[in-house]
Parts: sequence; structure tokens; C-alpha cells
Amino acid sequence: MEQASFEPRIVGFLCNWCSYTGADLAGTSRMKSAPNLRIIRTMCTGRVDPCFILRAFHLGADGVLVAGCHPGDCHYQEGNFKALRRVTFLKRVLKQLGIDVRRLRLEWISASEGEKFAKVSTEFTEQLRALGPLGLAPAGEASAAEEAAGD
Amino acid sequence: MISLTIDGLRSEVREGTTLLEAAKLLHLRIPTLCYHPLLKPFGACRLCVVEVRRGAGYELVTACNTPCVGGLEVSTDTPNTREARRVVLELMLARWPNVGVLRQLAEELGLAQPRFVSALRDEREDACILCLRCVRICEEVVGACAISYEDRGIQRRVVTPFNEPSEACIACGACTHVCPTTHLKFFPEDYRGKPREFLLGPNTAIYMPTAQTIPKVPVIDREACIHFKTGGCKSCAQVCEPGAVNHDMVEEEIELEVGQVLVATGYDLFDATPMAQYGYGRLDNIYTSLDIERMLNSTGPTGGRLLLKNGQPPRAVGIIHCVGSRDEEQHRYCSCVCCMYALKFAHLVKERCPQAEVYNLYIDMRALGKGFEEFYSRVLHEGANVIRGKAAEVVQAGWSRQEEGMLLIRCEDTLIGRFREIPVDMVVLCNAIEPRRDADRVARIFGLSRSPDGFFLERHPKLDPVATTSDGLFIAGCAQGPKDIPQSVAQAAAAAARMLATISKGVVEIDPIRAEVDETLCSGCRTCGPLCPYSAIEYLEARKVSQVNSTLCKGCGTCVAACPSGAITGYGFNDRQIQAELEGVLSV
Repeated sequence: MEQASFEPRIVGFLCNWCSYTGADLAGTSRMKSAPNLRIIRTMCTGRVDPCFILRAFHLGADGVLVAGCHPGDCHYQEGNFKALRRVTFLKRVLKQLGIDVRRLRLEWISASEGEKFAKVSTEFTEQLRALGPLGLAPAGEASAAEEAAGD
Repeated sequence: MISLTIDGLRSEVREGTTLLEAAKLLHLRIPTLCYHPLLKPFGACRLCVVEVRRGAGYELVTACNTPCVGGLEVSTDTPNTREARRVVLELMLARWPNVGVLRQLAEELGLAQPRFVSALRDEREDACILCLRCVRICEEVVGACAISYEDRGIQRRVVTPFNEPSEACIACGACTHVCPTTHLKFFPEDYRGKPREFLLGPNTAIYMPTAQTIPKVPVIDREACIHFKTGGCKSCAQVCEPGAVNHDMVEEEIELEVGQVLVATGYDLFDATPMAQYGYGRLDNIYTSLDIERMLNSTGPTGGRLLLKNGQPPRAVGIIHCVGSRDEEQHRYCSCVCCMYALKFAHLVKERCPQAEVYNLYIDMRALGKGFEEFYSRVLHEGANVIRGKAAEVVQAGWSRQEEGMLLIRCEDTLIGRFREIPVDMVVLCNAIEPRRDADRVARIFGLSRSPDGFFLERHPKLDPVATTSDGLFIAGCAQGPKDIPQSVAQAAAAAARMLATISKGVVEIDPIRAEVDETLCSGCRTCGPLCPYSAIEYLEARKVSQVNSTLCKGCGTCVAACPSGAITGYGFNDRQIQAELEGVLSV
């Protein structure tokens, strides 16, 4: 079994004002967290199109984290509520597609919650390690295949 | 123009000029008593008589109300005029022997001993000499007519109607100003329209805020000025040679187009009146730091002497630190400057009232700057008593105590672990530095953020204390937080340097993460403009579309999300770019 050496690949969509800043705080405070999370910054989680999440899985991510401001604290007022609706809906779609819904996680992390970010990152990594690889595409293979097909 | 000769000198004057005015132009001295440049000539005192040649003889006329006529030959100082003036003065001295201005004139005219004594002899130095300048100024200049004269001949007196306090009097002080003997005295009941800090003495309606004011230009208090009450006076405008007084000035709004703004709007002093335990505004001789600064200033109302309300110097002064600062219920922050100026006051009390005791009641002694600690030691050596303990309250000493009439400061001296009651004559409160009362309005105008304590927010507390999150907008001084003069100066210089750097570069670097409006898609609905937190969106009237100012735009994306036409692109976050990021992060 490869599981002992399996390192999950996680894509995180973090909003600029809260969760991205929280992750920055975790970093400057030298908190230890799993290195598996690859961060994509958007100004607001409301920018996160469900297609991005699906594309992430398609390109080989084993898990996707969407982290935004706490409800009521969104810098743009209701962006995080939109993200909540989209992720909830997407989970139903993922279930139809046969992807374990536990691979998509929505969290509310504020700019001062560096510790929470570190905890979520590490926890999610361990969860995915136990779940195993999604196996849709190994590293780089999906994009290479698309290029070859003249996308 | 009229030509005449005065004392052998030729004089050319305009029609209507009196002999007195013509003589003044030639710098000839004619003594007067009832004449005043602001009043119409009265001719009452007869001191200004001059000799006018008339045929073979002469005529004595009063210079103040005789108009110039062509061809006159006038002499201002002849044996005849001297004799006439001496007799006039003798008669006046007979009645008012001790009045200063009369004695001065007597000396000038060489009158040694008056020959007469009046039945109504008045020995006072400030007796009224019936020049009637007060009556005339109240009527002609002020327009209030609150004072006049009654009876005739020797019984004439200057009075108010029915000898009662006149309702027509507007307390302008003009009569006191022109009275030559100080017979009239002015007791202003209220000081209108002036900030509390400067109310330690009466003022005229046109005044210099302080003798060291910059610019050194007087200002007119609209509420006290007679002109705005009666339409008359304007004496200040009349006597001003360059003609610099303009009562018709109104507020002007000036529009300037600028690229950068430095907001240095300063602070307000905490008002200690709600802190009833300190008795400010209720008990006498309790002052704020700014009141005491004014009093100790050598150009202030007491000439720099430290005085109680009864005019006596204090025997003991209590200085209470941290009034409104470091307070759970008022302001939690420290106001930075109070410990040092409190020590300065202690030093000045010792200097000006060497016999006085001074007590500083503090929580911590914050002597942070260059030479500050050394100054603290010096003040301790000078004998200031420092008590570590916040003053609980200030009360009046009871009648049964020895310290009658004094104030008692009740406090805990934490270093000796005892409660103390300290009798003092004067209490100085070190009030907190507060954000200005209109800080929220100013913040909204410029789009400035405020920190929780209410002062304007800097971009970074350590690395960028003078910039704000908006480009081109800077803050400096106490508007950003309590600080003393060297720190304010440093911040101001820093902000100025930053602004000059931007100007001198000539170009501005733009962040690639920004928004841009596609004009072909923009419908001109202007939904985006007011939403922009950085005021970066301008509406172009000519083309009826909105446009993003790339130098101000921070790329936050609010307008991108709000645009109903989808006309705004947020560079850096469009679909293709995010997809590319995904490919990048998952390529390993």
C-alpha cells in the first residue's frame, strides 16, 4: 500500500481579507502546519466558481478547501453567503459524480485566526491521507494531456 | 484746497479740515482734553485755543471746531494762548486737584500753584472732569446712548437714565476706553464667543488671540463687535492706516485641485467637566493644563504670575496626571505629553512661587525623551512632592478645618500604602488628548480609517506611520495619535518628504491588480462609483461612462461584482487567470 508515503494535494481558495490574512498570520507566527495546501488567493470567496473546484479535482487535487470570512463579516457584505450556497450545491453534484463529499471543505477563518488556519490545514491533510488519493490524474498529467489534445 | 499759515508755516488742507487737524499735520502740539479723533469736535474744555490774526488785533478760537479758511494766520503758542490755557487749567484744578491728566497738563504749561479752590472740590484721582467723551462716544460711535449728562452749570453730572443701570448699555467698554481719568470702569459679566482656554481675562472685540500669535494679525469677535450690533463704530477700520480692517468679509469656499493631501488636523483637549469628582467648572481655582499655560505665559492675563482667583499667589498646588487618560471609563490610552508638562508646571511653580508646595499625583512617570529623565530628577531636587496614586476626588475644605477656603485632594499614596488628604490652593488637571470632535466628518470626507481610539489610522503602526491605505493621503501629528512636538515635527517632515518624492518622480507605478471599465459595455449607470472605497472611479460627463483611476485603484473587486452590465474587469482574477493558477499549483 502506498498510503504511508501518500502526500495529499490540496487546493485552497482563500479570500484576501480574512482567510488569506489569517494564513499569513499563521506563517509569521511560525505556526507548524502541513505543507500540502496550495493556496489560490481571490478577493472574496464569492469569486469562487464551482467550475474552479471541479477543475481542481480534474487537475489532480485530492481535496479542496474554500475558506472565507465569518458570516456577516464579508468585506463585500454577502460574498461568503454566495460561496456557502455554491459549495452546498456542489457537494450534491460531487455525490452524483461519485466523489467523496468529504474532499470538499468549507471553513470560516478570520484574519486573526492563524491558529485555526494551521489546525484546519493539518486536519484536512490527515483526513485526506486516510481517504487516499482521488486518482483522477497524477501530477501534471491532466494538463499535459489537454495540451496534447490541442486545447 | 485751502491755504493758510500756522506758526509761520504754510499749510494746504482740504476743505472742512479744522485748525487742530491742520496743526497736527504740521506736527504742532496743541493741548486738548475733550477732543478725540473718533468723535465730533465738542469745544467744551477750551484748552485748544489758538490765536488768529484779525485785522490789527487777534481772536482766540478753539482749534478743535474751527474750520480752516483761506488766508488765515494762526499762532498756536503765544503769550495769549498760554495765559488762556493756564487759566482754564487753574479753574479745572480748583475743582479736581488730583486728577492725573490735569496735573500733567499743568506741568506742561508751567502752572506751579493754582490760585483757586472750588466749593465742589473733589480730591479723587479718578474724578470725572466732564469732558463728556463717554457720552459722545456712546451716542456717535456706538449708537447705544446709554449714558448722558444731567443738570446745568456747576451741577452738571454724567449719569445713566434715572441713575439706574442702563438697559441700553451693551457692555462694549467704549466709554471706559476714552475716559481720560479712569473714572469709568468696565466689569464685563460674560465672555462671549471665545474658547474656554483663553477666557482668563477680558478682551476687546478686536484683539490678538495671544501676543505671540502667528500670523500676528488681530481678529474681530463678531458677537462682541459693536458694528455688528448697531451698524456704527468701525473705529478700528478708521484708525487703521493701511486700511486692513474689513467688516464685510464673509466666509469663502476655495476649490483647489491637488494630487496629494496631508491631514494634520490636531487634537482637542478632554473636557473634565463630566468628571464631577474633580470639580472642574464647579469649584474655584481648578484649571486645565491649557488654562495654566495661558496664565504662566508672560503675555497672558496675569503677566505670567501664578495667581488664585482672589489675586493671591497659591501656597500649595496639586497637579493631577492622567485626567481622562489611562482610564477604563474615559480613554484607555496614554496621552504621552502630560507627565512632562506636569513636571514643567511643578518646576515653574517652584520658580515663580518659591514658598509654595507642589504635589504631582501620577500613575507612572513617563519621561521618555531626550533629557526628560534628567529633568525629572531636577524637579525632584527642587522639592516637588511626587505621589504615586490617582487622585480620587477634590473637595472644598470644611469650615471647621484649619485649611479653610482651601481645596483638599483625596488620594491614595500607593508607595507608603496610606490614604492622604492634601490641602492645596490650586489644582491643575492634566487632561487627555482626544481626537477632534469632527474627526468622523473629516474621516468620511477623505476616506480615512480610524483606529479604535478614534485617531486616524496609519498604514502600518511600525513601518508606515504617516501613510494611509489610500495613496496620496497622509496623516501627521496628533491627528494620528497623541504625541509631543519633536515627534509631530518628525512625522510632518516624513509625510512631506513622501509627498515630494511622489511629485519629483514624475511617474506613478501602477499595480497590475486593478479594475478597468470597458467603455463599450458601460451603460453609465454609476452604480460602481459610490461603492469604491478608494474613491477611484470617476464619471466622465462627456462620454457618459465611468472610468477607473488606475493610480488609486487597489483591485479590491467591489466594482467588478457590482457592475450590472459586467463591464468591469478585475485584472488578476479573471477566469483564465485563476485556471492558469490551478494548473500551476497542481503541476507538481
